[in-house]
Amino acid sequence: MSDPARENDAEMKARRGRNIALALGLVLFVVLIFVVTIIRLGGNVVNRPF
Amino acid sequence: MAMSEALTPTRAPARWQDYVQLLKPRVMSLVVFTGLTGLVCSGHAINPVLGAVAILCIAVGAGASGALNMWYDADIDAKMRRTRGRPVPAGRVQGADSLALGVVLSMFSVMLMGMALNWLAAGLLAFTIFFYAVVYTIWLKRWTAQNIVIGGLAGALPPVIGWAAATGSTPLNAWLLCAIIFMWTPPHFWALSLYTSEDYQKAGVPMMPVVAGAKSTRRQILIYSLLFTPVCLAPAFTGLGGALYLAVAALGGLVFLILAWRLFRSHAGEAAGQRNDDGLYDVRAGAKDARNLFAFSILYLSLLFATLLGEHLAHLPPLELLR
Repeated sequence: MSDPARENDAEMKARRGRNIALALGLVLFVVLIFVVTIIRLGGNVVNRPF
Repeated sequence: MAMSEALTPTRAPARWQDYVQLLKPRVMSLVVFTGLTGLVCSGHAINPVLGAVAILCIAVGAGASGALNMWYDADIDAKMRRTRGRPVPAGRVQGADSLALGVVLSMFSVMLMGMALNWLAAGLLAFTIFFYAVVYTIWLKRWTAQNIVIGGLAGALPPVIGWAAATGSTPLNAWLLCAIIFMWTPPHFWALSLYTSEDYQKAGVPMMPVVAGAKSTRRQILIYSLLFTPVCLAPAFTGLGGALYLAVAALGGLVFLILAWRLFRSHAGEAAGQRNDDGLYDVRAGAKDARNLFAFSILYLSLLFATLLGEHLAHLPPLELLR
């Protein structure tokens, strides 16, 4: 018979791992969009009329 | 022990590694390699960060296709030894989660490719995902023995996407890289299916050996090999490959043809012998010729693309035999 407490621990550990991976993915995506935007805009970033 | 606990199968909770497995990392690595070759061979100077983003989009798009494939094919995968350990048939990930992951990553990769590079590359990436997930997985795979011939286009397009990402156009040489992978696919997969046809038969997938028999499959492998090897030489005539590429393509092509001829003359796929261990390289008695061609086909394609990549990175001059 499996131990429910141990199963719960495994589930919690797996969920924590998934959440960390998802958070890292989202942060990476935000950084990526920022970097791509800066590169695409190039010198025009500092050429604003104000 | 409670009755409900005794009847309920204990399922391992989904780990993040299971979601990575849904993206078929080994296929992704091949796609990254061929996409990078297309991008570099275009000869167009591109911002290295944008180049890396293009390759990332191709990789994520390929991963999305893999997740969609694992969602739809879970029933077949459960019946085949090679695939029954995948996250969905093994019960570690819900099919709906695999579908959601595939759809979300498809949209992210296509939109990012369009915004960061250009919309031609994004359109080609979207077409490739659609072709693999819908045309190949949902339509062709369970319907016709020509499934991997037509479906092979999805695997052949990444170098064209890489080229388009760098230049915004797709000239003849880009499509030549596509043609090489397209013509390589049938002999490669049919050689594999000659010694895994039992699994395909069990799962009801109409692979060529199941539908047409081993003898016909071996003949078709030889015909496709005769068509494939001249296509591999073509880059040396169109200003894409140099002297080293020509040597690798010619020598490797010769070995490929010899192995295809040996396979044609063998009885591979017919002997009902013993199987050894579980896995892709499991060999049924008499099917060694099929395994040899399968293994060499991977090496040959890798060498062709690695040589082209190396020549362009080292700025070695192309031969341009036709110019």
